[in-house]
Amino acid sequence: MDLALFVTQTLNGLQLGVLLFLVAAGLTLIFGIMDFINLAHGAFYMLGAYFCGTVLALTDSFLLGLLIALPLTAAAGYIAEVTIARSLYTRDHLDHVLATFGLILVLDTAVHWFWGAEGMAVPSPSWLSGQVGLFGAELPTYRVAIVAVGLMVAAGLYLMVAHTRLGMLIRAGAANRTMVQALGIDIQKLFAVVFAIGAAMAGLAGMMIAPITEASIGMGNEIIIVAFVVIIIGGIGSIKGAFIGALIVGVIDTMGRSYLDQLLKLVMSEQFAETAAPALSAMLIYIIMAAILVVRPQGLFPPRTR
Amino acid sequence: MKYLKAWMAGVALTTAAALPVQADDPIKIGIVTTLTTPAAVIGEDVKKAFELAYEHMGGQMNGTPVELVFEDDGFRPEVGKQATDKLVKQDGVDIVTGYIWSHVLLASARSVTEADKIIVSANAGPSQLAGKRCHPNFFNVSWQNDQTPMALGEVLNQRGVKSVYLMAPNYAAGKNMVSGVERTFQGDVVGTDLTKWGKDAQLDFSAELAKARASGAQALWAFYPGKAGGAFIKQFTDAGLGDQMELYTVFTVDALSLPRLQAGGLDGVLGSLATMTWSPDLDTPENAKFVADFRAKHGAYPSFYAAQAYDALFFIKGAVEAAGGIEDVDAVRAAMRATTSLPTRGAVTFGPNNFPIQNLYLRETIVDADGNWTTKIVGTVYEAHQDPYAAECAN
Repeated sequence: MDLALFVTQTLNGLQLGVLLFLVAAGLTLIFGIMDFINLAHGAFYMLGAYFCGTVLALTDSFLLGLLIALPLTAAAGYIAEVTIARSLYTRDHLDHVLATFGLILVLDTAVHWFWGAEGMAVPSPSWLSGQVGLFGAELPTYRVAIVAVGLMVAAGLYLMVAHTRLGMLIRAGAANRTMVQALGIDIQKLFAVVFAIGAAMAGLAGMMIAPITEASIGMGNEIIIVAFVVIIIGGIGSIKGAFIGALIVGVIDTMGRSYLDQLLKLVMSEQFAETAAPALSAMLIYIIMAAILVVRPQGLFPPRTR
Repeated sequence: MKYLKAWMAGVALTTAAALPVQADDPIKIGIVTTLTTPAAVIGEDVKKAFELAYEHMGGQMNGTPVELVFEDDGFRPEVGKQATDKLVKQDGVDIVTGYIWSHVLLASARSVTEADKIIVSANAGPSQLAGKRCHPNFFNVSWQNDQTPMALGEVLNQRGVKSVYLMAPNYAAGKNMVSGVERTFQGDVVGTDLTKWGKDAQLDFSAELAKARASGAQALWAFYPGKAGGAFIKQFTDAGLGDQMELYTVFTVDALSLPRLQAGGLDGVLGSLATMTWSPDLDTPENAKFVADFRAKHGAYPSFYAAQAYDALFFIKGAVEAAGGIEDVDAVRAAMRATTSLPTRGAVTFGPNNFPIQNLYLRETIVDADGNWTTKIVGTVYEAHQDPYAAECAN
């Protein structure tokens, strides 16, 4: 096997994985702590990309774009929690799905109206252009940077959840919401903060992917389905599960796209393999999810008590 | 008072005289295109061109006013079919046109042909409808999907390319495009990637580009229409592949992606070659007028989607006028078959499968006199080319 290709594909898988983690972490917290299904979580991914792209267009600085877009996306998450999600927690899941699906349509249309249908080309920062060499592979610097930022955010999130008071409340909320409330914690404030943090992380993922794929309407809907797969694999409510699940899904999806056709060619005709490989690699993560659900219905790392 | 009465009588008379024309039902033309999702960027260009054609024909065909009814296909076959059904059954349109996407067209065509109405595809040209599933009431005024990549395969041969890596989205047109290149290219196809397409299309091509690089192919061929094209070119450039492989594309570098690539400073695309049936600089008087008026109105070059939409409406107009009205479907169909030119492309005739027989050109990406990035014709690859499926059609 070609080592350079393998290294490149591993990096590509990790890059997809950390982006998925940033989206899935918020999703799993919101789902795990508030028992709230937020289909519109992907919309923050899209908003982050558009906010960052707009600031970038005005200031010519990607870093400034990130710094301004992050609080903006968090604010959007906060507003969504206060105005829409808050009144829905006591309702059942179908109502969550209906309301947040409506929110997707509203936000997608708002973006269409405000920024136009054509999407937004976001130039990648010039100081991250070019490639770095590693084991004979030429890796785009920007993608390496995405992996680095994603891992740093993951580490930061771990420190926050494991070692701060807010993190303790989040863990407690995921384990037993009623008890947290009974102990006199303002659970509403906690929910709003978690929602805002989740939105900001999803927004960060959107900001980082925008220079690669451009910002476009509905980009969040593409990633949210996979993010749900990630949290189901990882165990709903578990950040550790979201992290490992995201890396598994990212690497498996990328490896499937890279090597499945060659593997299939070993057992079937070339022509059939070429037709089957794209279809199968598109299904691969769902097959993995189904397999994991059979063995561990609660996911790989479910929160300890519910 | 007397004068007033006389004046009113006069008004009544002129109105009455005008009535027979006014009372004619307008010719209703249904247009199915993509007005939502990111692919709306194509649909909006198409809509602008239909509206410009409408203006240029004074809103009438054969003296009868024309009404355009736009419907959105949402980039999804099932939604496109519903939109088509609505146009045919509820709005009672006389002709349906538009259709950017092959998978949408394949799902929708029968709704029109079975109602004994005529459908004119302004872009999608799937092999099925050109071959075994051809229908006398189905017309295409763009191209059959295989033709443009076939011409590109020919260009690769001419330029001495020995090995190529193919990348296209995994849907009806993507597969046609791949088979088109394979049909004419005589060197080695060292790898093919069909990527996920549709509403949740794959836009990050990192894994595929890494495979293409590792394959050691001399050239990379790609088909990524709409916004995927910009993303593809950008990643190709960012990955530093431009130094290793020659890039050839079909339907990827166009008037929709070029301004964005220019804004992003991705000058790796300048000089890249593509094959196409049309280019803004194609030398016909009507094309010059179309491009000039489009640019004056919208401040940008029209895309080939727009040019074909413009052609589609004039194609319908020509047939309606030759048939003396829209009512006689047989006469309109015969007139369409007998069409010998389209405004933006000049001489074009129609084969037995109702697909165009036309020239295919090689176009190069250049900077125009005003500094805008656009395409220029640098050669003719095929003259009066017919698609390879025409023989399978039993029309």
